[in-house]
Amino acid sequence: MELALGIILGCCALGAGIAMIAGIGPGIGEGNAVASACEAIGRQPESKGSVTTTMIMGCAIAETTGLYALVIAILLIFVAPGMFVNALVSAADKGLFNLVG
Amino acid sequence: MNEKTKKPDLKFKIVDIIYIVMMILPLLCGILLKILTTPESTEAVSITGARIFWEIELSSTRFFNIIISEAQINSVLVLITIAFVFLYLTHGLKERIELKRQHLAEIIIEKVDSLVGENMGDRFGGFQPFIIAIMALSAFSSLITLIGLYPPTSDMNVVGGWAILVFFIITYYKLKCGPVYYLQGFTKPVFILAPINFISEFATPVSMAFRHYGNVMSGSVIAVLVSYFLALGSRFLFGWFTELPLLQVGLPAILSVYFDIFSGCLQAFIFAMLTMLNISGAFDTEEYDRRKKKKLEQKKLKNINGGI
Repeated sequence: MELALGIILGCCALGAGIAMIAGIGPGIGEGNAVASACEAIGRQPESKGSVTTTMIMGCAIAETTGLYALVIAILLIFVAPGMFVNALVSAADKGLFNLVG
Repeated sequence: MNEKTKKPDLKFKIVDIIYIVMMILPLLCGILLKILTTPESTEAVSITGARIFWEIELSSTRFFNIIISEAQINSVLVLITIAFVFLYLTHGLKERIELKRQHLAEIIIEKVDSLVGENMGDRFGGFQPFIIAIMALSAFSSLITLIGLYPPTSDMNVVGGWAILVFFIITYYKLKCGPVYYLQGFTKPVFILAPINFISEFATPVSMAFRHYGNVMSGSVIAVLVSYFLALGSRFLFGWFTELPLLQVGLPAILSVYFDIFSGCLQAFIFAMLTMLNISGAFDTEEYDRRKKKKLEQKKLKNINGGI
């Protein structure tokens, strides 16, 4: 039982960590977007307003993949362990496997 | 008008005071509710979701239960506050501006008018109230953290509801050109891509909801983590001196400026922008005009035939 609990909690934490690797992509993408926006403003300072608005929109959309990963990580940390532990306990109550230790 | 601007009469002032009181009252109710229902906890910091006040059981699985939670109640309180803020701003509108608040109201309306006109075009002139409502609701819901209440936007259900509303509007505008044309839209550009197009149809509201929810939620989680580590650090540094977490004074407020104020307002703007772009992108103007012309011609033909 303790082993199963340990595996559940540890794997949930590991999964959350691995899911957040997706944060690399939006970081690079938003960096590129802001760099290009800076260049554009440098070339045409009078178009600063519209360039900034478009850049913020683009950043928000690029951020989405990172936020998917974040939501999955939050679910893995706060929701999944309870669910899995409940499933484990109910399975143990039904006597689906032998309790050792 | 030649008459001089006279002082606002008593009735006007009383209505004003009622509006101001009704603005503040919901927020006070929220704070009171929070104080009364928060259980005592021994931990210094804890990350919790919205507190559930009561639950109507409909079935054995929790999925179908009707839940009244803190987030829903807070969002209703925010709705009442916003309604009275705008009633206050538009109270006593005159052709010749007498009150300062009318300038503010006109600035807001003009900004939103130009924003909607730029992004949606002339055909969607009637969308300004909807856009301004979504923007105000989202911004105020995020800013409610400043007075210590649970922000409704960091609950998936509230934001998901808004996104579903936007999804219905998008589908309505897609169906304006007829159901056959709507179904044909799935098979573009190639017929094989139909399943992917079908999925991407439902990805729009999901991504809108996740974007808003994830941004606000991550901000509050990071704020809690930072204050936790500040408490640890102050115990390490000043533990011999005092029990008070000295490092927690003021430092989390700097983060709050970004995560609560800037990020909340930015997400409101982005949610409204995406709503506008999605709705105006869903409506095929040329096809609609073509169909309307065709219908008019058919009607004319019918009239001519009937006349003969």
